[in-house]
Amino acid sequence: MTMILGLYNYWVVIVLMMIGFYIIIAHGHLIKKIVGLNIFQTSVFIFYISVGKVEGATAPIWQEGIILYSNPLPHVLILTAIVVGIATTALGLALIIRIKEAYGSVDEDEIQTMDNQAMVNQDKEHQ
Amino acid sequence: MLVHLPILQVIVPLIAAPACLILRRPKLVWLFALLASSLAFIISMLLLQQVMATGTISYELGGWSPPWGIEYRIDKLNAFIALIISGISTVVLLAAQTSIEKEIPKDKQTLFYILYLLSLTGMLGIVTTGDAFNVFVFLEISSLSAYSLIALGKDRRALWASFQYLIMGTIGATFILIGIGLMYQMTGTLNMADLAERLPAVAETRTITTAYVFFIVGVCLKLALFPLHFWLPNAYAYAPSIVTAFFAATSTKVAAYLLIRFTFSIFGISFSFTALPIETMFLVMGLLGIFIASTVAIYQDNIKHVFAYSSVAQVGYMIVGFSLSTPAGLTAMLLHMFNHALMKGALFMALVAIMYRVGSSKITDLQGLGRQMPLTMAAIVVGGLSLIGVPLTVGFVSKWYLVVAAIEKGWWWLAGLVLLGSLLAVIYVWRIVETAYFKAPVLGQQPVKEAPMAILVPVWLLVSANVYFGIDTRLSVEIAASAAKSLFGVVQ
Repeated sequence: MTMILGLYNYWVVIVLMMIGFYIIIAHGHLIKKIVGLNIFQTSVFIFYISVGKVEGATAPIWQEGIILYSNPLPHVLILTAIVVGIATTALGLALIIRIKEAYGSVDEDEIQTMDNQAMVNQDKEHQ
Repeated sequence: MLVHLPILQVIVPLIAAPACLILRRPKLVWLFALLASSLAFIISMLLLQQVMATGTISYELGGWSPPWGIEYRIDKLNAFIALIISGISTVVLLAAQTSIEKEIPKDKQTLFYILYLLSLTGMLGIVTTGDAFNVFVFLEISSLSAYSLIALGKDRRALWASFQYLIMGTIGATFILIGIGLMYQMTGTLNMADLAERLPAVAETRTITTAYVFFIVGVCLKLALFPLHFWLPNAYAYAPSIVTAFFAATSTKVAAYLLIRFTFSIFGISFSFTALPIETMFLVMGLLGIFIASTVAIYQDNIKHVFAYSSVAQVGYMIVGFSLSTPAGLTAMLLHMFNHALMKGALFMALVAIMYRVGSSKITDLQGLGRQMPLTMAAIVVGGLSLIGVPLTVGFVSKWYLVVAAIEKGWWWLAGLVLLGSLLAVIYVWRIVETAYFKAPVLGQQPVKEAPMAILVPVWLLVSANVYFGIDTRLSVEIAASAAKSLFGVVQ
């Protein structure tokens, strides 16, 4: 039982991570891929944040009469990582807009087919 | 002033990047970026000199002493890598303005320099920092700017390549983040030197093994080690030529540095090489990388693809050196990092010249260029010889040290395989040379002129560096060997 309940935060992290990873691999829709990437990254954020919790401790705000505080450092680290995650998402979405303009599609397979087709056509031109 | 060199190394390009926005005029911005990059280069030379003379430098950021504050720690290894990065960056920038005039729309040229400087900042930051989480932050700075730089390519396939790189790169960086998090969980510290002290006590746990596995996979994605290299060829082929020249010469070196730093200085040799069968794994993947990527390179029609696959193969050589797990093997790896930066820098810069005049990098469009662009093609020939490993070039030096290291370990078969791999390089280099020199130009095609001096000068700077460091190996070998020795000395 402790394996499941005592370590439940890790289970949440692993499940989220696998969901995110699965979406990235299995879905051809580019926006869904970005969503998957977000879930994948968020699982790591939760991992960091939950690791900082000290049992029986309060939030790390100084107060008279309290000796035990949770560790604030992982939170600070993850603030940075969240910013990085947002930048990545924004860049990914911007790229998708440009891909849609250039290819007229946001589907991985369709784009790949167009690229392969372009390669074949170029070969023909040269023969 | 001299005390603050470690942070200036990173801060100079970091502040220069947004400052470009004020200048606006592309020519002016170019000069400014060149100045910033040259400053970084001078700083890294001073740092290397200082480290060689007096040993490791520790810099406390903001006066907070480690392990609480962030520490920048410069030793022989990272001073050497920082020198490679800032040096290549400066030489590549020399040709940037001429090249991007043709490849990037005018309103995006200022943005190009900003991204370039940010990417440089990220790479220098990864190399100089002594803090594990700082590594992640700088890794993302360099990666995010890299994705945008690649997306600046003219071909629409650049966008798709950039997106694929974004997905793969983010997964890699997140894996590294997980690794760092697990280490922090077990030791309560992020400072590299502190981590190295505290890890042995908890090394027997599964958590640390997992941390190491996540870290290795993440770095290998960034390193484009076979079979995790799928993002690389298209990213290199469709990015603006100048971007390819910069990344091909530097970005894999940074990932290789991270691999060495974490394996040797943080996890320690006794842990790294026992927790995982990493020697066998890397040996197999390195050799597969050399042979498969070289073979694929032979069948490519685009020269950028040829050299990109060749880069994957060259990463294979570095990893083979790593897998020997001896000081000699590590020396060979470090040397190959330096030498590969020089040869791929020279080759991709020559492609910048070809793209400038011909506007295409297809092998068939090279016909007759041997006469029309003699200096550029001669640069490709020398760079190609270096790639093959012909004596008097840098390629020979690192192959020689790799073969010697293999023989020292008694692995004669490995020495044979390394030489066999070079033969494959002969084939793909020969295809290019043959087309350029021995095939008549296509009828009706306008003859082109030799590339302008602004591109030829940096090309030949790199080519002469290939020859110079192939003959006078004192500098590179001495630094690589002493860095390798000190890395092994840490645990002895």
